[in-house]
Amino acid sequence: MTTTHVPQRPVRILIAKAGLDGHDRGAKVIARALRDAGMEVIYTGLHQTTENIVRAAIQEDVDCIGLSILSGAHMTLFPDLLDKLKKEDADDILVFGGGIIPKDDIEQLKKLGVREIFIPGTHTQTVIDWISANVPVHE
Amino acid sequence: MTSKKKTPEQFKQSGSYKEWRSGAYASQRERKGKFQSISFREQPELVTPDNGGAVNYEQDLGYPGEFPFTRGVQPTMYRGRLWTMRQFAGFGTPEDTNKRFKYLLEHGQTGLSTAFDMPSLMGYDPDSPRSIGEVGREGVSVSTIEDMDTLFSGIALDQVTTSMTINCTATVAFAFYFAIAKRRNIPFDALGGTIQNDMLKEFIAQKEWISPPAPSVKLVCDVIEFCAESAPRFNPVSISGYHIREAGATAVQELAFTIADGLAYVDHCLGRGMKIDDFAPRLSFFFDVHNDFFEEIAKFRAARRLWARLMRERYGAATEASCKLRTHAQTAGVSLTAQQPVNNVARVAMQALAAVLGGVQSLHTNSMDETLSLPTEDAVRVALRTQQIIAEESGVTNVVDPLGGSFYVERLTSEIESEALEYIKRIDALGGMLQAVEVGFPQREIAESAYQFQLQVDAQEQVIVGVNKYAEGGEQEIPTLKIDHVVEQQQIERVKAFKNRRDKVRHAASLRAVESACRENRNVVPVLIDAVNEGVTLGEVSDVYRNVFGVYTDPGML
Repeated sequence: MTTTHVPQRPVRILIAKAGLDGHDRGAKVIARALRDAGMEVIYTGLHQTTENIVRAAIQEDVDCIGLSILSGAHMTLFPDLLDKLKKEDADDILVFGGGIIPKDDIEQLKKLGVREIFIPGTHTQTVIDWISANVPVHE
Repeated sequence: MTSKKKTPEQFKQSGSYKEWRSGAYASQRERKGKFQSISFREQPELVTPDNGGAVNYEQDLGYPGEFPFTRGVQPTMYRGRLWTMRQFAGFGTPEDTNKRFKYLLEHGQTGLSTAFDMPSLMGYDPDSPRSIGEVGREGVSVSTIEDMDTLFSGIALDQVTTSMTINCTATVAFAFYFAIAKRRNIPFDALGGTIQNDMLKEFIAQKEWISPPAPSVKLVCDVIEFCAESAPRFNPVSISGYHIREAGATAVQELAFTIADGLAYVDHCLGRGMKIDDFAPRLSFFFDVHNDFFEEIAKFRAARRLWARLMRERYGAATEASCKLRTHAQTAGVSLTAQQPVNNVARVAMQALAAVLGGVQSLHTNSMDETLSLPTEDAVRVALRTQQIIAEESGVTNVVDPLGGSFYVERLTSEIESEALEYIKRIDALGGMLQAVEVGFPQREIAESAYQFQLQVDAQEQVIVGVNKYAEGGEQEIPTLKIDHVVEQQQIERVKAFKNRRDKVRHAASLRAVESACRENRNVVPVLIDAVNEGVTLGEVSDVYRNVFGVYTDPGML
């Protein structure tokens, strides 16, 4: 069950690009849409390691990480990110994803703990609504 | 009795465009408030000689094969020879892709085009920790001369033309290809093909890089210089708008930034003391071909005219060959939808038709499944057949530049040319494209257009059939290509074994020679051809580039 919460401070979100993948159109568009919706958005830039992403997420005290992957490496990079968050005791940070990810893989990734995956063609409002409904309330 | 029939003399005839627009047209209703292209261009309801459709034939069009080449770079165009049907292919191991190459040649494809995997494109061998999960996934894994030899096994290098889509490591792929030719006793001047080797658009759009822009441009021009001297049939660069457009640019931005990239390479080569007519004829181009049919056709025509005029007026090019913009085109990957994927066949067919009416020299048609994964053989065959249907059934190849003289197409061609030229002047004012890239100018312009487009899609001002209109839910399933994870392990073991087998002394000396060439600012290409023959790998050369030229990181601008 999810309910809509009104956070005490704006949602803080890290939009991340991992691995060698250079496709950043979607990540940048989503980052701007979330910012225009009043969220605080930090963008990692391209070619980050999962270590860098976890470090940035903790330092920036974000509520969630949106990882964008269009290189086909999603079955390696998402589990790796989740593992590293757990090791740093930061698995309260919600992870969602975006990119070209086949349906079967989406199901598997959700089982592993990726909360949602948005594929190309998603309305930006759908992403905004989902984040608003799913990030925990901050007192 | 009076007849109600009018005689022809009494039919209403407007005296001018203005009269028609404010009279007959204005009396009718339009079905929506705004008519715009996919590039946000407001479209006129009609073009006539009175509102932009008139042309100065000799000055603006000329004859096909003649300056300014608006109507085509060859006098005969597709009556003489069809465009090259060149499907981009690459996945898994070199053996996997070699098999796909042979399949495509058997089905009537006329040129090869190689897609490399991300580690090869970013300068890492398969055994690098940075390659984990990406080996052979988006293209073929090639990190050694042996990989390249396997990739082209059983294919006569002097009988096909080969395109290689690779950029920051283009010098290395080029060296592999020329080194295997040398091993097979094929002279360099018998090799035909194209290497993309366009770094400026990497910083602008595709984002595959090793070192900062200035040394990257130096490496691009090393290949241009080498080909001018030793490989006259090889196109040393494919100045690419494709990725710029896919990243969200409008048609005009795609054209302007691509031409400005070309001018930057020309300036660099001239700065080395090369003569314009010695290298300009081998500069080739690569554009996207997107959904808006006439805008795309006009873009190709404008591209030729703009480049021809710049080459003659700005650089004093003295030969026609220097002024000809020869181009490859690829249908717009970004226009394909995962939703209702079979619809993509129709999109690709229309885009491919626009490319042909725009007069391109070679064409890749995307497969319907490419938004889901790399294409299956069946999907690639439909894409190739689409080109063959256009070439041999549609009849559009019978006449050269059949849309020339269309009031609308001519006005659109002129508008796109002059708008692109305005952008080029802004880039000139920043000091040229190298400087513009360093300050992030084209990157910001594209991000802005990409965001505008998304907002219009969200608002249904831009329609994507099956996505924001006529959506069905419950997706059509089509077969997709799966890359086995075994590939990565195989390629890791293979490169490790290769490294163990090398003559250590000769290998070390070769690597030092590459480093010296870089430090001494000499052309690296001849040195690399020898070095890869001694077993130097793609990742090792890239490490030299990292050490000598430095590492570029994404500024992460939003």
